[in-house]
Amino acid sequence: MRKNWSLILLVILLSITLIAGCGGAKQEEPKKEEPKVEAPKYPEKSITYVIPFDAGGQSDVEARRQQPHLEKFLGQKVLIEYKPGAGGAVGWTELTRAKPDGYYMTGMNIPHIILQPAQRSDAGYKTEDINPVAIFQATPIGLAVLNDSPFQTIDEFIAYAKENPGKITIAGSGTLSGHDIARLQLEKYAGIKTEYIPFTGAAPQLQAFLGKHTMAILANSNDLVQHKDKIRVLAFGSTERYEVFPDSPTFVEKGFDMLPSIDRGVAVPPGTPADVIKTLEAAFMQIANDPDIKKQMIEQGFVPKAMGQEEAKAYIEKTTKQYLEILAEVKK
Amino acid sequence: MAEMFFSALVHIFQPFNFLFMTAGVTLGILVGCLPGLTATMALAILVPFTFTMEAIPALMTLGGIYSGAMYGGSISAILVNTPGTPSAIATTFDGFPLTKKGMAEHALVTSAFGSSIGGVFGALCLLVLTPLLASVALKFGPPEYFWMAIFGLTIIATLSSKNMVKGLIGGAVGLMISTIGLSPVGGDSRFTFGFYGLAAGVNLIVALIGFFCIPEVLAMVEKITKERYKIAEYKPQKGVPLKVIKELLKKPILLLRSSVIGTFVGIVPGAGGNIASLVSYSEAVRWSKKPEEFGKGIIDGVAASETSNNAEVGGSLVPLLTLGIPGAPPAAVILGAIMLQGMVPGPELFTKYGEITYTFILSLAVANIIMGFIGFYGSKFFARLINIPVNYLAPLIVFMSIIGSYSIRNNMLDVVLMVLFGVIGYLSRKLNFHPGPIVLGMILGPFAENGLVQSMLMGRAEGSIWKVFFTRPISLVLIILAIISALWPFISEWRRNKAEKGRLETNA
Repeated sequence: MRKNWSLILLVILLSITLIAGCGGAKQEEPKKEEPKVEAPKYPEKSITYVIPFDAGGQSDVEARRQQPHLEKFLGQKVLIEYKPGAGGAVGWTELTRAKPDGYYMTGMNIPHIILQPAQRSDAGYKTEDINPVAIFQATPIGLAVLNDSPFQTIDEFIAYAKENPGKITIAGSGTLSGHDIARLQLEKYAGIKTEYIPFTGAAPQLQAFLGKHTMAILANSNDLVQHKDKIRVLAFGSTERYEVFPDSPTFVEKGFDMLPSIDRGVAVPPGTPADVIKTLEAAFMQIANDPDIKKQMIEQGFVPKAMGQEEAKAYIEKTTKQYLEILAEVKK
Repeated sequence: MAEMFFSALVHIFQPFNFLFMTAGVTLGILVGCLPGLTATMALAILVPFTFTMEAIPALMTLGGIYSGAMYGGSISAILVNTPGTPSAIATTFDGFPLTKKGMAEHALVTSAFGSSIGGVFGALCLLVLTPLLASVALKFGPPEYFWMAIFGLTIIATLSSKNMVKGLIGGAVGLMISTIGLSPVGGDSRFTFGFYGLAAGVNLIVALIGFFCIPEVLAMVEKITKERYKIAEYKPQKGVPLKVIKELLKKPILLLRSSVIGTFVGIVPGAGGNIASLVSYSEAVRWSKKPEEFGKGIIDGVAASETSNNAEVGGSLVPLLTLGIPGAPPAAVILGAIMLQGMVPGPELFTKYGEITYTFILSLAVANIIMGFIGFYGSKFFARLINIPVNYLAPLIVFMSIIGSYSIRNNMLDVVLMVLFGVIGYLSRKLNFHPGPIVLGMILGPFAENGLVQSMLMGRAEGSIWKVFFTRPISLVLIILAIISALWPFISEWRRNKAEKGRLETNA
């Protein structure tokens, strides 16, 4: 009797370990053959969708939103797997080394995939090895202060910074990241100097800002939308005024040639066959153009985008050029 | 409010909801007790299943998993000296010695009961004090995090009172391990030796498995040659659960203190159950009348650690629900689930979605009670696991360690690191180093580093670094706590000497 119990427990524990630990390896065989006219062969097994960040972040939220639609479109299971580390670099390095058969794709973030290889020779991957399929979501970066801050407008902010160089503290996430580059651009165009304090992600950054440990924040649109009743957005990183903050000017309006934003999409390993990319692109584009999904994204503070492979490639090339210029100026 | 309360109770005890929550608790316990499989992972895997569910059963299930995993971590900590989750580190200190004494069931019941009390306490704090506590979370800025880390490091003084030098060396090694990877401020690669994977740093759970689990397995194998085939003998005794609970009920201050510490640490975003349980354990040693018995197997130690890490669950949801800032990694996944249900954390959660939110909070308390029952009746069966002969048990643990360390980040390098840490852990154990201070250094290193550098940047803008570090009220409290804690071994020695002197005088 005693031994029986131990054995039963053992079997349960072992199976849980296997199921949970190797979740990615298990797959269900589709019961019926889905008749697909356009692509009869691909996909014929489950596809791994890697998120190079921890669970619960913006990339994860988007992937989870897409997952059921992708499965419906492709007729196969889509397994989400997390490979976090080094601000995404670990996941993207794995991506460039993965088998280019269309069964492995990874969420990609711009400007991360541009800035990391540009900064560190040991990032593990090159920007041009990230093979984009689509870009479907963006969070423009805005500059904000708390409601009780003395700065009512971006002009007051800049005037104060000019008189008191280095006195304004701005919370952002990461060094030479999207937020940091936005700060550098702002300093350059406005001719000011601030004190940028890097945090290790959105949560600690917001906490420090809401707790008044810094005077201002550079944050992603969804974080700003979430806290919209406590903050005043001084300037926003979109081309036109953002509907959630109709009173906040864009940086461009103020004459600053900058469109700071974090763009999210998906990429496959270099060398993936063109027809496979086409199938995936079609799936992601259909989801990106779904009005219900778009509506949900806007409500949560995301800006829906729908760039296919070619457009995404061109966008990355253009952005790379801009960011490399900024980096070169900083290093001077 | 009262109306919400009753409708919340109705929701909780609807058969479908209740069943799902109970299933969540059970699954959480099982996942929690396997080293390497964390609450975060269990939640992430299950979030897609909650998609199609209504918000209430979805959140109740997730809350059940979170609570269950916090308790589950103690099972492997007690039975095989391997914390199933980082929150159970301090549980190994006394839990495993109890197992060795043949009192595994005592330890397991203590853990279940303590977890239950702590969990209910945390949930009630969340229910009643949320608006008040939310402001506390925001008071913690970079300087406070720095001093919290310094205070945390002084726990080494109570963890290794017998050999302070080795404790300090361990702590320093832990701090140094925590600097591997990209620097949080500046983004430079440190100690990566050209491996791109090391840029991600050393994962705490990987190190935990290496430092706690592998040395234990090697020790088991060593003992086989001396003709001992089991880690310890467990003989079922009658009436253990009731006896243990009676004993624990005689220590209300221990339970209350641990619950308060757990809830408070939980509220501070970023600081999780691991810090809560270590601080709570250290305080239990400090205020105990017989501190010398800690570490040799005393249920007080297990109760301190487990009560606080379940109280932390409620605490970590305070900043999440009010500010949308997750207090701990599993809370981040719950945030994602809340958002996928179309809700946005903040005041709306308590007004527009009040019914859902209050049901979720109350269900946490109920989940913890369910968990207590599972622990109460299940401990006898869990305890039998150690009766498995070592020649089966050792390979099984190694097998689970490898899968566990891989699945943390789906990274093979982590498995290599785990084995490397295992070998180092084994050797350092031979030299009488305790792994406690090493992992403490690893946990607190990033807090200390970020806090220090960010505070210095704040000081540069303000024109006075001194002002940033030494004039903020919470910082001052933490500084005083750190000084008292660091000097405690001397204070307690002085008190003992005085007491002995007094006794001599009265005798004379």
